[in-house]
Amino acid sequence: MKKMLMIAPLALFAGLAFADNHGEDKLQKMIQSSFKATGQATMDRMKQDEVQKACSDTDSLDDATRKKLEESQMATIKWPSDGDFYKGGDWKQGHKIAWSGRGLTWRDKPDSEVGGGCYNCHGLDPAEMSYGTIGPNLQGYAKIRGRSEEIVKYTWGKIYNAKAYHACSDMPRNGYGGILSEEQIRHVMAYLFDPESPVNK
Amino acid sequence: MKKSMMTTAVAVAIAGGSSGAFADNTAAALEQYRQMIQDSNPAELVEMEGEELWVTPRGPKNATMEKCDLGLGPGVVEGAYAQMPRYFQDTGRVQDLESRLMTCMENLQGIPSEEVINGKFRQGERGKVAALVAYVVGQSRGDTINVDLSHPKMKEMYDLGKQMFFYRSGPMDFSCSTCHAVDDKRIRMQDLPNLTTPEGAAAGWGSWPAYRVSNSQFWTMQHRLNDCFRQQRTAEPIYGSDVTIALSVYMAGTANGGEMNAPAAKR
Repeated sequence: MKKMLMIAPLALFAGLAFADNHGEDKLQKMIQSSFKATGQATMDRMKQDEVQKACSDTDSLDDATRKKLEESQMATIKWPSDGDFYKGGDWKQGHKIAWSGRGLTWRDKPDSEVGGGCYNCHGLDPAEMSYGTIGPNLQGYAKIRGRSEEIVKYTWGKIYNAKAYHACSDMPRNGYGGILSEEQIRHVMAYLFDPESPVNK
Repeated sequence: MKKSMMTTAVAVAIAGGSSGAFADNTAAALEQYRQMIQDSNPAELVEMEGEELWVTPRGPKNATMEKCDLGLGPGVVEGAYAQMPRYFQDTGRVQDLESRLMTCMENLQGIPSEEVINGKFRQGERGKVAALVAYVVGQSRGDTINVDLSHPKMKEMYDLGKQMFFYRSGPMDFSCSTCHAVDDKRIRMQDLPNLTTPEGAAAGWGSWPAYRVSNSQFWTMQHRLNDCFRQQRTAEPIYGSDVTIALSVYMAGTANGGEMNAPAAKR
């Protein structure tokens, strides 16, 4: 009963939204007929939230909308529950999380550990040669940027929900998206900020 | 022989990393390694397998593929792939090579397309399609990519493919464009072609399908796209579905004027 009530207005909304946009309607139809659920990768992954939708067509994204999206994404950030941003984190665990790009694909078991995949896009430990370049190079992160409250807080927020800072950032929303737990984020933070971490050597 | 050549190249690549000018040396060594694997391309074995399969009577109708029309007339294989995907009047659809081969297998040999669509990569009838792909694509090696986008259905698929390319979704917000819309980017050590430019699209589209030395597997474009979506963390694209064909039209259309150098050998 509840479900029916929710579906009706949604369908109406979709009808209105797509009425003036034939192309988008066609794309949605094509997506529905072209993908299938496999393992944990179900069809709901093809639906877009407001950020994903807006950032799929950045040409028609104006600054005001962009700012609004960033504000609403900023509001999703959960700061560390005990106020500890990185000191209780373990940089060695952080390295493992940064190194692993596993998890969340249709081949992964739903309960298997999910990595941060940081090295796919960022340089971190200067001694590590296998890193991607889609994101900025973060070698020597805290050695260069210091450990002020501002930079520490910004880094947590950026890892938790990168879209709060740039609406259409390429970076996944690790915390908000449920990719990494608060504990895992703290380990990654330690990897970036701990003076003993190879990132800062 | 082939193996020892590769081992040397890897050693060169690693040695390059220990010096001060690490980035330059590594890039040069990797390029050298890529050249080496092109010179001893194992995809040629798959091409030969496909060539034999093309003339082998199979399926409930015990027929060969020799009358298969890939767009240039029944049985014309040479140069056909450089002009695909294309609109086919007999099916009323835009088809990539793999969906077209399924049509031929079903019509000529009586092999149901479902066997391929519901199968697994590199196995059974889908594995057979891959070998046929290697053969057909090899017959366009060196040809200019020349995909005709003038038919309204081709135009439509190009536009839909482009929209899909930028469509962000899933738990990591990824789209094809996350990795393939800027020049000179890498995931780990893997160079990423910018598929939105003619040069990048030619480099990408023009070198697939490919034999991947890292896992000793021949991968078709359908296989490549399937794994891109897996890594994007989306739901799974159905084999030969319109999304995969639309993306192929977008890539091939953008690559027009470039050169077909497939099946290639890749790291």
